[in-house]
Amino acid sequence: MVEALTIVLAAGVTRGWRSALFGLGAAVVVLTAIVAVLGPALTLIPISALRLVVGALLLAFGLQWLRKAILRASGFKALHDEAAIYAEELAEARTAGREERAGMDWYGFTLSFKGVLLEGLEVAFIVVTFGSAQGNIALAAVAAGAALVLVATVGVLVRAPLARVPENTLKFAVGVMLTTFGIFWSAEGAGADWPGGDASLPGVLIFVIAVSFASVVLLRRRRVAVAAA
Amino acid sequence: MSHVAAFGRFWWDFVVGDDWRAAAGVLVAIGITAALAAAGLAAWWFLPPAVAVVLWLSLRRAVAQEERS
Repeated sequence: MVEALTIVLAAGVTRGWRSALFGLGAAVVVLTAIVAVLGPALTLIPISALRLVVGALLLAFGLQWLRKAILRASGFKALHDEAAIYAEELAEARTAGREERAGMDWYGFTLSFKGVLLEGLEVAFIVVTFGSAQGNIALAAVAAGAALVLVATVGVLVRAPLARVPENTLKFAVGVMLTTFGIFWSAEGAGADWPGGDASLPGVLIFVIAVSFASVVLLRRRRVAVAAA
Repeated sequence: MSHVAAFGRFWWDFVVGDDWRAAAGVLVAIGITAALAAAGLAAWWFLPPAVAVVLWLSLRRAVAQEERS
């Protein structure tokens, strides 16, 4: 959401707010439609099969997030710099040609629409998978909507990319949560019985956190050793 | 590229990402968990360490690639 805000701000500042906000609105409509169609469709699948599929998807998806966050935290990958990305988007948007369609700057609309849609798909994916596996898509959608309103409000207030948000820490936390639920649900879906049922979820969470921090420590040591050699 | 291929490519990148071996490792680990459960054995303990191994191998590949470049 933070990245989407950066793109909408860049589109609004350089190409006009009308086209940027129309692009944002159109993308939110598409994302809402995706959740509205996919969510109820997924709840028709038997819960064990659903947890197996959703768990496997979350695990593959969560490991991607966790891997990137660990590489960033250990210095093997550059940290996300929203201010630099914003400057890059601004420069690109300023040099692009102007094409008016239906009274709107088409470049600004497309930039905003694509940015929000692509970044928002990750959110829609999490809403649909978490919501369907827990049988409460509405609650997951409301939580995502609240986060969207929070990011948009802060964005409007500061009128700048949210450069001070500890983005890698947030992504690290999201990666840990996705991986934890992915392990829990996919094992359940595969037929395993967790000792204590849902009560073992915190244990899985602690395990994933411990493995992630140990990975960061080991990779940092390796980085220092390579730099010293 | 056809629209179907582009659509497939997008979802592949979205879910699998740049390390397909990690995603394959996850599927193998879930398969072994299912096999243990089907055999009537305790299966819950297998997936967490298996995921830790998959993650560590994926990190090692990324670091090796980073160090080569």
